[in-house]
Amino acid sequence: MGKWTRRAFIGTGVVAGGALVVGVAIRPGNRAGKVAGLIANENDTVVNVWVKIGSDNTVTAIIPHAEMGQGVHTSLAMMLADEMDADWESVRMLEAPAHEEYANYPLTRGYALGDVAIPRALIGTVDGAFLRIARSMDLQITGGSTSVRLTGQFGMRIAGAAAREVLLEAAAKQWQLPIAELTSSNSTITHSPSGQSATYAELADAASKLTPPSKPTLKTADRFRIMGTSRPRFDIPAKVDGSAKFGIDAELPNMKYAAVKASPVFGGSVREYDEASALAMPGVLKVVDLGSALAVIADGYWQAQQAINTIRIEFNGGDNAGREQSDIYQQFATNLDTANSDGGGTTDFKTGNAEKAITKAATILEVEYRVPYLAHAAMEPLNCTAWVHDDCCEIWTGSQNPLGFRAAVADALEMKDSRVTVNNHYLGGAFGRRSDPDYAVQAARIAATVSYPVKLIWSREEDTQQDHYRAAALSRFKGGLNDNGYPIAWINQFVDKHEPVEASHIPYKIDNQYIHYTDSKTHIPWGPWRSVDHTQHGFFTESFIDELAHSAGIDPYLYRRNLLEDSPRHRDILDLAASKARWGQPLPANHGRGIALQKSFNSIVAEVVEVSIIDGKLKIERVVCAVDAGIAINPDGLIAQMESGIIYGLTAALYGDITIRRGAVAQSNFHDYEILRIDESPPIETYIINSGASLGGAGEPGTPAVAPALANAIYAASGIRIRNLPVKNHDLGGNSAEALDIA
Amino acid sequence: MSIKLTVNGEAKKVEVDPDTPLLWVIREQLGLLGTKFGCGKALCGACTVHLNDRPVRSCTTPVRAAADQRITTIEGIGSAAGTLHAVQQAWIDEQVPQCGYCQSGQIMSAVALLATNQTPTDQDIDHAMRGNICRCGTYPRIRNGIRRAAAVLATDTGAKE
Repeated sequence: MGKWTRRAFIGTGVVAGGALVVGVAIRPGNRAGKVAGLIANENDTVVNVWVKIGSDNTVTAIIPHAEMGQGVHTSLAMMLADEMDADWESVRMLEAPAHEEYANYPLTRGYALGDVAIPRALIGTVDGAFLRIARSMDLQITGGSTSVRLTGQFGMRIAGAAAREVLLEAAAKQWQLPIAELTSSNSTITHSPSGQSATYAELADAASKLTPPSKPTLKTADRFRIMGTSRPRFDIPAKVDGSAKFGIDAELPNMKYAAVKASPVFGGSVREYDEASALAMPGVLKVVDLGSALAVIADGYWQAQQAINTIRIEFNGGDNAGREQSDIYQQFATNLDTANSDGGGTTDFKTGNAEKAITKAATILEVEYRVPYLAHAAMEPLNCTAWVHDDCCEIWTGSQNPLGFRAAVADALEMKDSRVTVNNHYLGGAFGRRSDPDYAVQAARIAATVSYPVKLIWSREEDTQQDHYRAAALSRFKGGLNDNGYPIAWINQFVDKHEPVEASHIPYKIDNQYIHYTDSKTHIPWGPWRSVDHTQHGFFTESFIDELAHSAGIDPYLYRRNLLEDSPRHRDILDLAASKARWGQPLPANHGRGIALQKSFNSIVAEVVEVSIIDGKLKIERVVCAVDAGIAINPDGLIAQMESGIIYGLTAALYGDITIRRGAVAQSNFHDYEILRIDESPPIETYIINSGASLGGAGEPGTPAVAPALANAIYAASGIRIRNLPVKNHDLGGNSAEALDIA
Repeated sequence: MSIKLTVNGEAKKVEVDPDTPLLWVIREQLGLLGTKFGCGKALCGACTVHLNDRPVRSCTTPVRAAADQRITTIEGIGSAAGTLHAVQQAWIDEQVPQCGYCQSGQIMSAVALLATNQTPTDQDIDHAMRGNICRCGTYPRIRNGIRRAAAVLATDTGAKE
């Protein structure tokens, strides 16, 4: 905590109605007074900016993150409630309004303390300036698997502990008893010797007149009562009866609907369109030329979409209109060759002297891997409702970055940020896509041409073809083994680097490593995709280490294990996955197991995939996952996120293949951008180690290891080494390259 | 054109182009927002509703095909008194939803399955549910949810007999 708590400021304030307030601000300056009006109802006392206590003794946690299925509203409330000794049954949550006062300071502070790299892509959407975080901290971001490990650790827990301490002090003063004789539990303070007790609600007013502690004491793990236990998620009841409100469910009086078609070639523009025939169609009200896209506004969404589908629109694709996927892969190869021959490129990591060491290797293995572009394909197509009126713009949407959206919309409409209001909703999947404000800007620009509110909904085709994609990449390896078959040199060269910086680094003890990359720019827009660069590098590095093991004739699990002597947490998690998967025990013919290990977002995950390949048909029999996230705050939630990350990663490994044809994305909907379905979904077992290390993320770390574990399993079952994803493009034993049928 | 529908037991009349997909009538004309748009091509199942108790993809069902017939949406499967359907309760007990967007459609498919088959095998579940995509990967929990709901329904039926 150290530096962090010294920067925290805890103070008091007053809300309307005369109730006194205690505020905790995790930056200089007392924010309680300012935010009270945004979140307090009458008779509520805001105990600090992260929590309020109602007159009925309910404790409401104020959560500055969006709920997109990762369960963050619940796990963050658990962290606060535990430190506060609140009665869990009467804990509620409220998503913080999109307001500077709730900007995600803990995330920024975690970054400043070096705990985590903030996903650059998310920052980039806030006016494009990375340094801006330091200046204005204008963030309220959900991404980078940061919520629990930063907001939770540096915000919610401190807030809960401070609230508890100031309530204890209030009771001690009121009863004229030493604090040491008082205990707190279930939102009540008790003096056992005398039998006196008071609820938090009864003490809140007195507490708010006191100076809160500057350094509240946090619980040690052995005193957790709520953290570390599985609690049902707050958001689930509304998600089983249809009442949960997503962005697409925003409803306003006199609202109209818009559909849009952007230039299929990224960077292109609208050249010509048939406005008259659009306006002649039923329900159509207006055609809006946005330059890069054409929009139609109509009485209903279907009418708008029919119009945009039907009318003639010509686009000017520009210089990229002839680009093919093969050109892009060729460009990657050429850029790597050039960087090698002229010494260009950038060093990513270097230790020892790999180029010299490899000349002394007993065996050298050289391999190249490739992964394609991937779309996010969240179930809720991108949408945003906007209403521009009275020099203001209000938007209703689902966003991972509401303050960034506010800034982008304000910029597009040439308004001050304060004139834009973002009403955030549940996110119908995000996986990184809902951090980019392009769809909100589009909606605002369309709405700015009319007086009424407009709900813009992207078709599935638009969602697939106008994504910001997980980058395609090429990665080349050269490994040198000693006489015992173990690596003495690891040379890796790849195109394109985004984040996190350590994604391409390996946990294995290899004395001589040279990892380097070169940029290879394309016109395909990039976006963070669940676990970001780890999705590529997990596949590359964990496939290559497997190839080295096989080339040495050593069991790939033991091979990894023997290279982890300096990384006991990695070794423990690898051992757990292997033992639960019954690694080494015989399997039927044509079955195989593959293992992979990847630390990402501070969580270490090992996965074992078991497959069968019979008559060229691949079946995933079972996936075993072991995860060390430090401490699992909500264990069932962590398990759910591992299952989710694994299935998301399996979809990508088996099917994911966005390809570029004539400058545009060739795929359009779920028939040609296939998604794993329930009949292909394997049983998944997840096992948790609570190592007590600093907290790790949950939303992303399940994804990276599954593609290499699958490819390694396919090799074990068939001897076929998958070096290019997706698997569907490979013949696994049938006679035709197109015969592969995922059973 | 005026079309009559019975939606969740209530008689409704809408003025609409008869080619309009049922999905948009349900959402925009009737204001029932629990039924979701996912793909527009009957590929993902997010828009699943019941037409005369059978699951259909409302995004590709023209409203004229539902004229004078019974439609049930996610808002209509619990009891009038507000009690959840066994599938909805099982979804809570198994903590199935994540983002939740596809879950109305998943639940409608599961309810339709259990209405005709109270003891579904894994293959029955696969067959009934493979039209419903979930990007959050809740499939293992959907399976558990259906098994749990089936057990509850079997017990209820047994108690009544």
